[in-house]
Amino acid sequence: MEPIISIRNLTKTYDSGLQALDNINLDIRRGEIFGLLGPNGAGKTTLISIICGIVRPGEGSVSVDGHDIVSDFRAARSKIGLVPQELSAATFESVWATVNFSRGLFGKPPDPGFLEKILRDLSLWGKRNERIMALSGGMKRRVLIAKALAHEPEILFLDEPTAGVDVELRHDMWEMVHGLRESGVTIILTTHYINEAEEMADRIGIINEGKIGVVEDKTVLMNKLGKKQLTLSLQHPLSKIPMELDDHPLELSADGNALVYTFDTQKKHTGIPELLRHLSQYGIDFKDIHSSQSSLEDIFVSLVREKA
Amino acid sequence: MNVYAVRAIYRFEMARAWRTLMQSIATPILSTSLYFVVFGAAIGSRMGEIDGISYASFIIPGLLMLSLLSESISNASFGIYFPKFSGTIYELLSAPVSPLEIVLGYVGAAASKSVILGLLILVTARLFVDYEIVHPVWMVGFLLLTAITFSLFGFIIGLWADDFQKLQIIPMMVIMPLTFLGGAFYSINMLPPFWQTVTLFNPVVYLISGFRWSFYGVADVNVIISVGMIIVFLLLCLMAVGWIFKTGYRLKS
Repeated sequence: MEPIISIRNLTKTYDSGLQALDNINLDIRRGEIFGLLGPNGAGKTTLISIICGIVRPGEGSVSVDGHDIVSDFRAARSKIGLVPQELSAATFESVWATVNFSRGLFGKPPDPGFLEKILRDLSLWGKRNERIMALSGGMKRRVLIAKALAHEPEILFLDEPTAGVDVELRHDMWEMVHGLRESGVTIILTTHYINEAEEMADRIGIINEGKIGVVEDKTVLMNKLGKKQLTLSLQHPLSKIPMELDDHPLELSADGNALVYTFDTQKKHTGIPELLRHLSQYGIDFKDIHSSQSSLEDIFVSLVREKA
Repeated sequence: MNVYAVRAIYRFEMARAWRTLMQSIATPILSTSLYFVVFGAAIGSRMGEIDGISYASFIIPGLLMLSLLSESISNASFGIYFPKFSGTIYELLSAPVSPLEIVLGYVGAAASKSVILGLLILVTARLFVDYEIVHPVWMVGFLLLTAITFSLFGFIIGLWADDFQKLQIIPMMVIMPLTFLGGAFYSINMLPPFWQTVTLFNPVVYLISGFRWSFYGVADVNVIISVGMIIVFLLLCLMAVGWIFKTGYRLKS
């Protein structure tokens, strides 16, 4: 299937000399939720801003549903909705006026019924006549989402959408994003909350220092790069790991009460039976055992550190 | 042409004027009325006629032009500057709108507000002074052309300004003095020959002279030259806006 967004050899250097993007090649698939992760200053917002038309592109090309973002900007931009990172909204306007403005700006005829549905879905209908300045931060965030959806975009960019919002609203937004995906909207999400990407994204792209490092299906990424740990709570604390166990990748907890064994889920042999046999052989008894898998956050941190 | 976008911007800007009715309409009408009272009725009654026109009537076109210029500039400059200041400009830049459509929306609204204000001032002036309009079509033409041109100029100032002080500098430090020295309160024929020549370098002279001609049929400079000067300034402003959008100057990094 044709990608809905195709980025080829995109480079961006600001007038200050800062190179924000370095030869980015990326395809976003139609209908997916794509999580773009990266540390602060990695180039996430620059990349989004170029696709949306806010920042001038450098070398390379970007097409949106087959339309070049420069030569065919009108067709490309009409397909995109953007929820920016900052809470930027016309503070003196009412909620109703501002969503109507957004719909018109993107070339759509008035449709009060559609806008009512969006506001109801976002629990904003009761606030439609209130000025934006009178709303809480969470409500303002919802208004920005309503504005981005007002022209029925096929692609929605969510740049840190849940920054500074409470847990309840965050979960509401996750639900809303899943609902939009089901209706066929492609979603590109940047977030600092890695668990958010873990919860929502189908694919993950990791960007660091202006370069795309990894682009992978989330589950594949987690299986490929994820590590599992087996923690054994000991009957009697150890002062150090016995030399006989040196062949096993073991760590002793600070208080000496637990041994942590790290293994690769992709390998055919995990080494656990041998470890347990050796523990028994050397008289190391344990009272409890549990396993855990590394989260996307662990994977992200290790990948970013690896690149640094 | 994204007509819905032009309409959305236009209505948004007009709504701002109605929201700030006191500042947008009432304040300029009050201050212009004070000019009529002080310069027209109080001082004007002790002054002789100029070119056969009573002083109170003579200053009406100049005063109207003074309000028209300052309101056109401030409406248009604030209209585009505030989204830059508040960060909402992202929506305009990411929308499928061309520079022409943006200009039509913002400048169209600013010019509309100025024309409405100009007509209201004209009606208010009738309460204080008698005047006639010899060439009403030309008067409306001058009104529209000046409102559009200076709204465009204000739009450029709004794009250029990166703080509130810069937003005020050009209207207060350039436009206001040029208008006061542009024959709003006197005929340039009353100046010594040297200063008459110097005054011809002031573009506002041509606006006021042409506008006054549409009222009373008398002008300091040829009316065709006046129209030509406004059109030249309009074209310069259009070129500047075109360059700003093409390069993204102060809009896109």
